[in-house]
Amino acid sequence: MKIRMMVAMLAASAALPLNAASATDLEVTHWWTSGGESAAVAELAKAFDATGNHWVDGAIAGSGGTARPIMISRITGGDPMGATQFNHGRQAEELVQAGLMRDLTDVATAEKWKDIIRPSSLLDSCTIDGKIYCAPVNIHSWQWLWLSNAAFKKAGVEVPKNWDEFVAAAPALEKAGIIPLAVGGQPWQAAGAFDVLMVAIAGKDTFNKVFKDKDAEAAAGPEIAKVFKAADDARRMSKGSNVQDWNQATNLVITGKAGGQIMGDWAQGEFALAGQKAGTDYTCLPGLGVNEIISTGGDAFYFPLLKDEEKSKAQAVLAKTLLDPKTQVAFNLKKGSLPVRSDVDLAAANDCMKKGLDILAKGNVIQGTDQLLSADSQKQKEDLFSEFFANPSMTPEDAQKRFAEIISSAD
Amino acid sequence: MTGHAQAGRPNKLLRNLNAKIASIPMILTALVIFVGGTLWTVFYSFTNSKLLPRLSFVGFDQYERLWAAPRWVTAIENLALYGILSLIFSLVIGFLLAALMDQKIRFENTFRTIFLYPFALSFIVTGLVWQWVLNPDFGIQSVVRSLGWTSFTFNPLYTPEIVIYGILIAALWQGTGLVMCLMLAGLRGIDEDIWKAARVDGIPMWKTYLFIVIPMMRPVFITTIVIIASGIVKVYDLVVAQTSGGPGISSEVPAKYVYDYMFQAQNLGQGFAASTMMLVTVAIIIVPWAYLEFGGGRKRG
Repeated sequence: MKIRMMVAMLAASAALPLNAASATDLEVTHWWTSGGESAAVAELAKAFDATGNHWVDGAIAGSGGTARPIMISRITGGDPMGATQFNHGRQAEELVQAGLMRDLTDVATAEKWKDIIRPSSLLDSCTIDGKIYCAPVNIHSWQWLWLSNAAFKKAGVEVPKNWDEFVAAAPALEKAGIIPLAVGGQPWQAAGAFDVLMVAIAGKDTFNKVFKDKDAEAAAGPEIAKVFKAADDARRMSKGSNVQDWNQATNLVITGKAGGQIMGDWAQGEFALAGQKAGTDYTCLPGLGVNEIISTGGDAFYFPLLKDEEKSKAQAVLAKTLLDPKTQVAFNLKKGSLPVRSDVDLAAANDCMKKGLDILAKGNVIQGTDQLLSADSQKQKEDLFSEFFANPSMTPEDAQKRFAEIISSAD
Repeated sequence: MTGHAQAGRPNKLLRNLNAKIASIPMILTALVIFVGGTLWTVFYSFTNSKLLPRLSFVGFDQYERLWAAPRWVTAIENLALYGILSLIFSLVIGFLLAALMDQKIRFENTFRTIFLYPFALSFIVTGLVWQWVLNPDFGIQSVVRSLGWTSFTFNPLYTPEIVIYGILIAALWQGTGLVMCLMLAGLRGIDEDIWKAARVDGIPMWKTYLFIVIPMMRPVFITTIVIIASGIVKVYDLVVAQTSGGPGISSEVPAKYVYDYMFQAQNLGQGFAASTMMLVTVAIIIVPWAYLEFGGGRKRG
């Protein structure tokens, strides 16, 4: 890491005298390294290079959990990059409070972000003490059930239209040697699946009561008990999915070894990469087909405070470019996510993406848990649900009690 | 002045002055980085630091939360089980291999290379290799099943009760080679005359090993134990590569808790509390042992 940075610095200082005055190198760090993701990042780089500046790609492999510590230690250690990705929400909150991030309010006002970004909660998550500190680039939603049409055909049952039908179809799937529900071993997958079940079964109001108002009584109440009952079903159905990574779990669905998977819309990139078509090869059910609501988390770019005047100017140009309508379309089509502005043309979107856009247009949205809870509370939740999904002897009642405790101390 | 009584005894502090000056950087590093860093960590474990260190004291709150967390308790239990078993097994297997190698066998160098080879791999590589070997869908279980024994079940990594043994297997595969080499060096250091004398007295070989050779190898054993034990306490990468702590939380270890809470959960205070507990645990074991071994007068020459 250090050596790479030193090489980069040497290269930069050697190149400096030769450079034209206007072109500014800006290092951008992110964790988009899978096939579809890097294609999407290339679109951002292309758009930024077209402004006469230069995008220096700082991809960090190993997903956010690995990348974020590296980014944060670089920023706090006094070696900030030009711009960096974070999940939309509270991951960079303390960096902003410590005065390490650049205030983007001037760019946001000039570009009228308040009017064009929807839902407005995205911009609210960037706003601390009335100042805007980040540029949202996409909307990712968690609330999808991906089903393998081939698996249901093999089991001789119809492709379910909602969660209850899916649970009812599970015995037939098992009989045919198919795992009904693929859940990978990474802790965030189990926690995410529970959040999805919660919106579908307990509804938007309960979801907000628990995660937004941190109401421990609601978390211990009968509505959430129903969700834990469903999570118990999900746990039983996920038995036998011996994989770790989420894309391996998606692969079980793609190859028909599993009936379905609860995963965010990024799974769509995997289906596309495997050459499968929405509707014919696989089916997607937003909100598990019960409650068509999607959460609107996603990714945002933050800009560390830099001393170099030239680079600060380039940061403003980058922030503007990221939200440019053309960049938004090119990026989000490759990424499989939804654009953050409604005034762009997405005729090329596929079936599932259109379903998502439709729900978004109706305004059936909730904030993502990354926006509502601190990373600390999220991690405790992950610990609980990964234990719950792996340990059949843990009763839903016990798990709910512990869940309520986490909510009561959540921030 | 030369006639003084002190002339015969030069100042103790000034003896080997060059060596003392040369070691100043190391002494400073040890004091500032290790001791200083340790004190800093312990100090901040009593604060409510989240992403950045912050001076807002909360007393023992972080420790209370730590010991109430099922994941931490599981991690400690796993470390105890893994530690005791890997200490015993790597010593026993390592010593047996070394004793066998010491029988003047042919191709000794070849065998030594084979046994030591895994040690050259990083824990991440070892972990990934054993994740594949133990995976029920394409590892040992599926190979045996494809041979016709279809009811064969060997799935440690996805069975919560035995997952820690799956990790232990990989750790032993990696580590016993080094233990064997250390033991072999120790055995080679035993004087040939001792063996001859034992043979003359008609002492069976196993007894010679158990009651004469092993006690004579005490320094080697101590070195080996220190090396193994330091590997046990910091075990992290092997678990990450093999199971990521799963299924659920059943193969979590303390070092992983520290990392996850410091960096993923952005809760430095909690991570510091956990690492302080690790330090305390080590100190409880090390301090009395070190006192017995190195302090308490010069009982051994």
